[in-house]
Amino acid sequence: MARAAVPGRLNWRVARLAEVRDETPTARSLVLDVPGWPGHLPGQHVDVKLTAEDGYSAQRSYSLAAPADGDRVELTVQRVGDGEVSPYLTEVFSIGDPVELRGPIGGWFVWRDTAPEPVLLIAGGSGIVPLMAMIRARRAAGARTPFRLLYSVRTPAEVYYANELRQAALTGVEVSFVYTRQAPAGWPRPPKRIGVAEVNSAGWPAEFTPACFVCGPTGFVETAADILLALGHDPRRVKTERFGPTGV
Amino acid sequence: MGIVTPGFTGRRRGGDVRLPPGQYLEDGFPVLSAGPTPKVPLETWEFTITTEAGVKHSWSWAELKALPAQEPAVDIHCVTKWSKLGTRWRGVSLDTLMADVDTAADFVLVHCYDGYTTNLPLEDLLDGQAWIAFGYDGDELAPEHGGPARLLVPHLYFWKSAKWVYDIELTLTNEPGFWEASGYHDYGDPWREQRYQGD
Repeated sequence: MARAAVPGRLNWRVARLAEVRDETPTARSLVLDVPGWPGHLPGQHVDVKLTAEDGYSAQRSYSLAAPADGDRVELTVQRVGDGEVSPYLTEVFSIGDPVELRGPIGGWFVWRDTAPEPVLLIAGGSGIVPLMAMIRARRAAGARTPFRLLYSVRTPAEVYYANELRQAALTGVEVSFVYTRQAPAGWPRPPKRIGVAEVNSAGWPAEFTPACFVCGPTGFVETAADILLALGHDPRRVKTERFGPTGV
Repeated sequence: MGIVTPGFTGRRRGGDVRLPPGQYLEDGFPVLSAGPTPKVPLETWEFTITTEAGVKHSWSWAELKALPAQEPAVDIHCVTKWSKLGTRWRGVSLDTLMADVDTAADFVLVHCYDGYTTNLPLEDLLDGQAWIAFGYDGDELAPEHGGPARLLVPHLYFWKSAKWVYDIELTLTNEPGFWEASGYHDYGDPWREQRYQGD
């Protein structure tokens, strides 16, 4: 594994909510103003710290959903029913409210718009977020790097960024979906989980030596990464970001 | 105390004083790895300790399993904020593995089957603080959690407990590993919240 450059110290900054967009009934994008934000690469994440009146605080990590844009930073937060932080961020946190934030964090799961090789993005559920930052960075840079996205969701209603992905498909990002619980009307296949056939037909041949980014729940990432290796992809070109517990 | 976020109350875990700052309690066992899970066949599996003089001490799978094992029950703390309490492991103490190793090194660089590396002071691996673990919760250690064997150093953030370990390289100088070279803290003490450089 190659190493990334050494960044400086990460200080907490005050971020204020500037804009919200609901992506699905349970996922909300938060656009934050962070004065002095140093910029970031698509795929990186931030730590968010919330502090209650009595001083109690909680921290969580969230992927950045959009490339660097001055002092603006965008996250997409999936509400977890019994969560401590995500229900607050998606239901209570209001325009103008402050949180503390620091980053960017992580120098491995990143895409640089100068990288010439084709890109394969494989997302499971809310794992789309850092991959969307890469798609948006490609557009912002006017890059013509060949991109393919394979996006596994339970139902059509749970697709994040649906309109924007349709637009991306017009500008050289090939988007394929896998529906695991309920497919749209007229979809040619019954719902099923991601398998060799999906990765083989929606991905790039291994001999194209694509950069592969896989993000999603643990079981999904294990499956997708194993399939990529079975199809001959070099493990050093398969970067992963996993979230959530295993059943173990 | 930081700035107050209006309307945030949080959900306190009453009386639970065992969590380091900024951590929350997790009952599952999240997986964090930078790449695919390597499949390491036990027939060719090997664990080595390499001294600063280049002397290699090596153990096959059968040789490792023949050593006296311990069953530490420890709390683990991931830099991504989750902590899991009272996890039960089975493995061989580094004290046992280092017993016949002659070294003047102060540091180690740990190497893994997937290319991952992490650095620690040697003293953090000794005196009952670290194990080469191959069992978890009464079972074999699952591949996604580092099986067949991983380093277990529970008093530091869990990225130091390298999965799929194959070599501990003893070094005279401190050489940053994979995450340490990418902005994460060199030492990683969860109780001092040493997540990133400068913390």
